[in-house]
Amino acid sequence: MSTVTLPEDGSFHLTEEPHHPEGGNTMLGFWIYLMSDCLIFAVLFATYAVLGGSYAAGPDPKELFDLDLIAVNTAMLLFSSITYGFAMLAMQKHNSNQVIGWLLVTAVFGAAFLGIELYEFHHLIHEGAGPQRSAFLSAFFLLVGTHGLHVTFGMIWLFTLVIQTRKFGLTSAMQRRLSCLSLFWHFLDVIWIGVFSFVYLVRMI
Amino acid sequence: MSLTEFIFGRLTWAAIPIHEPILIGTFIGVAVIGLAVLSAMTYYRLWGPLWFNWVISIDHKKIGVMYMVLGIIMLLRGFADALMMRLQQVLAFGGSDGYLNSHHYDQIFTAHGVIMIFFVAMPFVTGLMNFVMPLQIGARDVAFPFLNNFSFWMTVGGAILTMLSLFIGEYAQTGWLAFPPLSGIGASPSVGVDYYIWGLQVAGVGTTLSGINLMVTIIKMRCPGMTMMKMPIFTWTALCTNVLIVASFPVLTAVLLLLTLDRYIGTNFFTADLGGNPMLYVNLIWIWGHPEVYILILPLFGVFSEVVATFSGKRLFGYTSMVYATIVITILSYVVWLHHFFTMGSGASVNSFFGITTMIISIPTGAKIFNWLFTMYKGRIKFELPMLWTLAFLITFTVGGMTGVLLAVPPADFVLHNSLFLIAHFHNVIIGGVVFGVFAGINYWFPKAFGFRLDPFWGKVSFWGWVLGYWVAFTPLYILGLMGVTRRTRVFDDPDLRIWFIIAALGAVLVAIGIGAFILQIVVSILRRDQLRDVTGDPWGGRTLEWSTSSPPPNYNFAFTPVAYDLDTWADMKARQYERPVSGYVPIHMPKGTEAGIILSAFATACGFALIWYIWWLAALSFVAMIGYAIYHTFNRDRDYYIPAETVAETENARTKQLAEI
Repeated sequence: MSTVTLPEDGSFHLTEEPHHPEGGNTMLGFWIYLMSDCLIFAVLFATYAVLGGSYAAGPDPKELFDLDLIAVNTAMLLFSSITYGFAMLAMQKHNSNQVIGWLLVTAVFGAAFLGIELYEFHHLIHEGAGPQRSAFLSAFFLLVGTHGLHVTFGMIWLFTLVIQTRKFGLTSAMQRRLSCLSLFWHFLDVIWIGVFSFVYLVRMI
Repeated sequence: MSLTEFIFGRLTWAAIPIHEPILIGTFIGVAVIGLAVLSAMTYYRLWGPLWFNWVISIDHKKIGVMYMVLGIIMLLRGFADALMMRLQQVLAFGGSDGYLNSHHYDQIFTAHGVIMIFFVAMPFVTGLMNFVMPLQIGARDVAFPFLNNFSFWMTVGGAILTMLSLFIGEYAQTGWLAFPPLSGIGASPSVGVDYYIWGLQVAGVGTTLSGINLMVTIIKMRCPGMTMMKMPIFTWTALCTNVLIVASFPVLTAVLLLLTLDRYIGTNFFTADLGGNPMLYVNLIWIWGHPEVYILILPLFGVFSEVVATFSGKRLFGYTSMVYATIVITILSYVVWLHHFFTMGSGASVNSFFGITTMIISIPTGAKIFNWLFTMYKGRIKFELPMLWTLAFLITFTVGGMTGVLLAVPPADFVLHNSLFLIAHFHNVIIGGVVFGVFAGINYWFPKAFGFRLDPFWGKVSFWGWVLGYWVAFTPLYILGLMGVTRRTRVFDDPDLRIWFIIAALGAVLVAIGIGAFILQIVVSILRRDQLRDVTGDPWGGRTLEWSTSSPPPNYNFAFTPVAYDLDTWADMKARQYERPVSGYVPIHMPKGTEAGIILSAFATACGFALIWYIWWLAALSFVAMIGYAIYHTFNRDRDYYIPAETVAETENARTKQLAEI
């Protein structure tokens, strides 16, 4: 509505169709969706805060977490965010090949992140520290796993957009989609920083 | 694992309740009626029109109407549960066990609560917002029309899963919020709680997405000139409601996810051992649950505001205070959740805090009540049906509000919690507020949706049935509650209590008359539609933009985008001798209908069913199909079209002719 001015003659209707900038609704809607997703994570963080100390005579974070591995993992995800940023810069320059290239690099980092996470999960379960062992481990697997699932869906989405960018080019609809995934991807980064500090770092002190 | 187990999971013939004569009777009834409807539709060749004009429609008005139909159908189911409980509590005295065994009775009170909140009240509220709000802000549709259709079908998917439990397996026996450890796998090993979880998860996706959708619509798509403080009050309440939906339903999604993991893979969030904490569930679910009751009532506060102003022939008293009251309620609704479990060991300080915040909420609510009264003061009140419902609401809801403040006092709550007093209180506000408001809204906007009014005679029968029925049914429950009778009780020892249950059952019969008369009202109105016809588009002398267009509105709502200069835009237009434009039409850009919504919802429902019955292959298959189809849908770029200027001209000229004939 902000793009239309009121008719000067005080008439009660516009004679022309108001022009809505395409995609404005989508970006706002997607922001609001992200905030609702953020609330899901808020509940999972709260759950971890409540149950994180309930080891039930089982292993505690100091015995389980390997900070070096998590540092590498964090680096993978942060790098993937930078490379997604490069993809967006390429999009501004309307260079669709470069966009696809950077998206694929992002996907490689994303896959590395997921690979390390799966290795960590496998390792923990193998050591008898699965999600059933204690409330602490339930909350840990839930929070980290939900983040990992989000990254997985982000990857599926990313490959879909790679194909669509090839097929349709950088149309305004495609730019909007790429921007949405960009928001989503950076959002997961922010969540991960919370996970890294709150789940891993704090518990190691 | 045998092959049958692989294919059917834990679904066996034993899941079909052939030993329950009541369920078999119900099934035969449903099958006969269903068959009759299906064959009638085939005979009159209605499948095509149903599919093309409704099922795949992305028109917010049609989706709104479909939500209302869903609400009415589910109301019949939820109310049948209520009647059964009333009958059981009349019979189960003097050593009698009544006619419902505990397994069946426990499912009934659970299903009654879940259905009435999630599949009656929510569809009604969402339906009203969907139909009315875009018209009120002068928009052509909602921000994301396809998402709107998808949201609706997800809600239907959740309703189908919940209803399916009647004939395949069983429903939860836990009460409507399924507190663990009762809802855990140890105490509830069967499919009941899983039906509960997946029915709500599937519907919850729809609710959250529709909340986002309507929020963006209100923020982005208001017509030129309509600043926030010129929005109709119903739109304001819709905005606050959708903020509440987006900010609370994710919590429900998350807490149900934790319960699911406890049940399915043996995690220890809410278990009693290995560090789990059932109180975490109680807190989280009420952090969703309390905003939820304001999600239900706020839009109806909007309805009453519109109705009071229209039928008093005056501008709403205290518009600004009404807006701020709504916002304050929205915020406060997040800091009162603990009053639902004062007795569960939080301690005096915490209880005091939540008791006080709860009492504070009654201040903005009280301000609203006075605003409505002052709107009527010196107004020229027309006692049409919507106004009658509003008057009944003012009296009934105020009493319910006061018993609510009473329960907000923690020491009083220690005596009254879990008693029939509480049951009477929340039915007092939900029936007196939400249900009366929905009927006010239906009677008010029906002529806008269909071009003819609802029959006033049967409307009044329905009105008196409901209002008297409510008071006769629930006053005894207040009294029983004060005597200490607990809720969800199946058999009674003390014969002195029986008379109150008999009175309550009579009240339920009166409500049944109210519901029957409402159905009759619709049927009679359709038969007498020529006498009840309204061609002006403004049968009540309305004040907001939805009354400026024809009834029913064309699919593009407004031939030209309206411009607002004042609150009560349409009243302002009428006061300033607005002339309806009769030429100069331009093509209108509109979205296309799509079957993607119902297909995605069908996959989601199948996935939910498979998860309930541990049919893992089907769950995986339908989930992959859902994701795959969603991706496929994003490749479809043929999503919109232009209504040619000639078509617009034809439609509008027909209306010009119609208006000239009055």
